[in-house]
Amino acid sequence: MKISGVKMLWVLAQKELRDGLRNRWIGAAILLLGTLAIALSLLGSAPTGSVRASDLDITVISLSSLSVYLIPLIALMLSFDALVGEFERGTMMLLLTYPVSRWQVIMGKFLGHVLILFIAIFAGYGGAILIMIMLGSSLEGWQAYLAMMFSSLLLGAVFIALGYLLSVLVKERATAAGSAIGLWLVFVVLYDLVLFGALLLDEGQKMSQQLFVTLMLISPTDSYRIFNLSLFDGVSDAAGIAGIASEAGMSSSLLTGVMLLWVIVPLVMTLFVFQRREL
Amino acid sequence: MSKSVAENKVISFHNVYKTYANETVLRDINFNVQSGECIVLVGHNGAGKTSLMKLMLGLTRPTSGQVEVLGRNPAFSAAVAQRLALGYLPESVAFYEAMTGREVLMFYARLKGSSISECENLLELVGLGDAAKRRVGTYSKGMRQRLGLAQAMLGNPQLLFLDEPTTGLDPILRQHFYELIDELQKDGATSIISSHSLHEVEARASRFVILKSGVIVTMGSLDELYQQATLPVRLKVSVAEGQASRVADRMGSAVNILYVNNESFHLTCLSSEKMPLIRHISSLGEDVQDMQIMPPRLDELYTYFMRAGEE
Repeated sequence: MKISGVKMLWVLAQKELRDGLRNRWIGAAILLLGTLAIALSLLGSAPTGSVRASDLDITVISLSSLSVYLIPLIALMLSFDALVGEFERGTMMLLLTYPVSRWQVIMGKFLGHVLILFIAIFAGYGGAILIMIMLGSSLEGWQAYLAMMFSSLLLGAVFIALGYLLSVLVKERATAAGSAIGLWLVFVVLYDLVLFGALLLDEGQKMSQQLFVTLMLISPTDSYRIFNLSLFDGVSDAAGIAGIASEAGMSSSLLTGVMLLWVIVPLVMTLFVFQRREL
Repeated sequence: MSKSVAENKVISFHNVYKTYANETVLRDINFNVQSGECIVLVGHNGAGKTSLMKLMLGLTRPTSGQVEVLGRNPAFSAAVAQRLALGYLPESVAFYEAMTGREVLMFYARLKGSSISECENLLELVGLGDAAKRRVGTYSKGMRQRLGLAQAMLGNPQLLFLDEPTTGLDPILRQHFYELIDELQKDGATSIISSHSLHEVEARASRFVILKSGVIVTMGSLDELYQQATLPVRLKVSVAEGQASRVADRMGSAVNILYVNNESFHLTCLSSEKMPLIRHISSLGEDVQDMQIMPPRLDELYTYFMRAGEE
């Protein structure tokens, strides 16, 4: 009996999904993201009396600023072990004697992990917004909030893909865990730190605006930030950066494209290494 | 594909070498397996049994030479679909610990397109029916081995690869396990079993392949191995009380007397000398009361080939 490629992907994705449910991973992530979203929107609505921004716009600003740290961390926790763990335990060897090809193994896992993240983000952030509405919050600015949920998922997908690349390159699980933290630090903290440090030291001498914009664009986390802060007028007004992104030529499709590239390139590289790997 | 079916050859190795880093684990491997055979790979740990299996499963690629399984290079992506016809039980099999036995088997069954009822049957067959609801993490070595066997048998494989399958199984299960293999064999399945003793599936093995340090020392059926090995035959001769040393003196120069006690003595001689010697002993008349011929044991045969490889 021949099994279709799509069904095979689904069988593999389903396993990851079940694992996520079984070890309470999904539940914990929903709880964490939901609590943060509620806390931030409650906090965020307090000082808004004099500002034109609606509650949700403020929430998008604070929540996306927090998500940029949190979502990559969650995604890396999901993915760093995905391949090296199976190599180390010996389950990958058996799996590859089944009629699955190696790209299906990677893409099946990816599909499963993205689904886990989808559930966590949409149940967590989405659930929070439902609670806020029940508490009397206005729905104005929901488009920005929805766009934030989708871009958070995309950001998560970036770090799932990066986690796989790391997972296929290292020899031991412990190394993978350490490298995941390193990867997170570099992408989420250090890159910006260095970039802004350079900008300050340079005082606009050598670094042109074009170069600075390009360097920001290259980073998936900065793309995510700019995307959320500039896509909707309400949000960008409240964040005090109205019009800056479009002036710099950063359209939402460009920003989405950058993030998509950050998903595809690591995945392709992972597959390339995995195809050549001997077990 | 149809060509290889006509030849009935399911596996072939042609001048295969396999090197990891600086270490050559397989050297100049040449052999074919015909459909329906039961091949036992024998050798110490590190002799290359598992490396040989991994090549056949397409998990690794030969450094040089060609491996073909069911007419295809097993490491090529074109061979993915034909893994449906293949079952593998790795040495010290590992599973997803957090899943129950049933979940594990169901997962693998879905990958092979097997039915739920087949899973239930297999779980019963290997005696895990009651433990199927428990997490694999709580399983004993023997239970894991049985679950491993169940997954290897999913989808009635044409080709079965079993790496040290009976380690961790008690004698009753071992017997049961052989019966399972018999059944698959009856359906025409080919099996490749690795082991570190010739005792493994002794009677069922169509051929043994003896490996040492990555080289095939010899291969053949048990009879052929006995013929190849110039192992001495052992005889025990019982005589009337007190006559042992006197009769032993009359055995001639072709034999090697091992030891003599009051009413019997043991000797060894070459296979070729066996019949003349027996005739000679029979001619000694009343003095000789009984005679036992002990062919070389499997362990001796194995030791013989291991030593032969050294010289």
